[in-house]
Amino acid sequence: MAAEDIYRENILDHYKHPRNKGKIAQADAEAQDSNPLCGDEISIGIRVENKKIVDLKFDGSACAICIAAASMLTEEVKGKGLEEAKGFSKERLLSLLGIDPGPVRLKCALLPLKVLKLAIYRHLGKNPEKEDGLV
Amino acid sequence: MLNAKKIRADFPFFKQKLKGKPLAYLDNAATTQKPRQVLDAMQEAYVARNANPYRGAYALAVEATEAYERAREKVADFIGAEPEEVIFTRNATDSLNIAANLVCASRKRGSTILLTEMEHHSNLVSWQLAAKRWGHRISYVKVKSDGHLCREDLEKKAGMSPLVFSFVHVSNVLGTVNNAKQLSQLAHENGSLACIDAAQSVPHMSVDVQKLNCDFLAFSGHKMLGPAGIGVLYMKKELQEEFEPLFGGGEMIKKVSLGGASWNDPPHKFEPGTPNLQGAVGLAAAIDYLMGIGMENVERHCQGLAAYCRKELEGIGAQLYGPVKGAGIVSFNVGNIHPHDVAHFADKEAVAIRSGHHCAQPLMNALGIAASCRASFYVYNDKEEVDRLASAVSRAAKALG
Repeated sequence: MAAEDIYRENILDHYKHPRNKGKIAQADAEAQDSNPLCGDEISIGIRVENKKIVDLKFDGSACAICIAAASMLTEEVKGKGLEEAKGFSKERLLSLLGIDPGPVRLKCALLPLKVLKLAIYRHLGKNPEKEDGLV
Repeated sequence: MLNAKKIRADFPFFKQKLKGKPLAYLDNAATTQKPRQVLDAMQEAYVARNANPYRGAYALAVEATEAYERAREKVADFIGAEPEEVIFTRNATDSLNIAANLVCASRKRGSTILLTEMEHHSNLVSWQLAAKRWGHRISYVKVKSDGHLCREDLEKKAGMSPLVFSFVHVSNVLGTVNNAKQLSQLAHENGSLACIDAAQSVPHMSVDVQKLNCDFLAFSGHKMLGPAGIGVLYMKKELQEEFEPLFGGGEMIKKVSLGGASWNDPPHKFEPGTPNLQGAVGLAAAIDYLMGIGMENVERHCQGLAAYCRKELEGIGAQLYGPVKGAGIVSFNVGNIHPHDVAHFADKEAVAIRSGHHCAQPLMNALGIAASCRASFYVYNDKEEVDRLASAVSRAAKALG
């Protein structure tokens, strides 16, 4: 059962000591979204130079799974190219988390990825509604 | 007194174990489990009595019709109504949508609908949609931080003679028990109709529509040991003639021609299509079961568990919402830990609680929180299950705090 062990050491570590948490000064693009089911709210600001995400921070109030996902995701894409970050798959995020969150908590885990992509699309001046699936 | 252990034995659901532990099901404000008596009655209605009520002249159809009408009489007795005042619907949400549209369609544009900030989305979005459709506006009575309606705001807004005042009897989030009789009276004094969302009250206390003197009252079968898919809209007799039916179909008509139709007598006028015979029979069996326990005992038992739960959770530092004296519902948070995480830790111990906004986002906003955990009790719960919840909450606090 997915419920058994989703609060693993690495998840708890990122939850209790989230990386890249806070507000970014002079962000080039920002986005936020919430999960209507549970009220998780995540915002992400990115700073871009030469088509690379040179800095990013996330903020918000959310459950442990969502915070851990945001922490790991921001750690992973910092310094990466916009294109690579735009194509970051949900499978890659789930393998970073190392758990199967189950159908109900999946949305918690994927919210930060959705918000990151919203910010990237915003920066690129594209309408995310018209892009193929955010996550 | 109520013997929860003995009652539990009537529920096949509780024979299963979850993760090797007996399931502590504490999400009864969402839905309840079904006793064998309800399941048997429904099975019997399918196996031996299944025909389309009203429509056939053969003996089986007559039996089906009688079983359906007996169920209606049972519901009527249970809430102090006349049988023809009981309209079977799908659930409380369906009932409230019907009431909202009947009321909103009955007046010219520009009237006011009065609701409260405490409403479940079923008594909120239903009216928002109907008001938009028929050109009315909505105003809301404020909720205080202690989980009660703001008296001043209530009197001011009710005094503006809205078309209808629709309010929740018992809050599904906080367990606040509103004085429904007083609120109905206030509505009537100002020339308004009174509509009550009784989804959380009818399952938990003795509710009498005569005493409350309301015009509409809505509740669901599945929150009171009955099946899903059957609900009730009580509508006062005097109003039934006034309102045009919302939906057309079989059995709601007297005479139909290509030019139009005339309506059958209430409540059939408001029940188009083949009725949910087995659902009604199941609900009647659930009422029998509850009456066997006694509604006073049900109320006392659930309130007792809620009080015990508040005390235990307070002891481990949880923040509690809503009035100390309420129905069998306890909403809480633990530090900054997200309710989903708490619910997950409880789930590990086979304790089922709800987490989230409980379909009452405006109320959560009024309380200044995004989400909460909620434990809600019923006849088969006991203190030992509360203890298991408290220890799971402690564990969550320790791991995540």
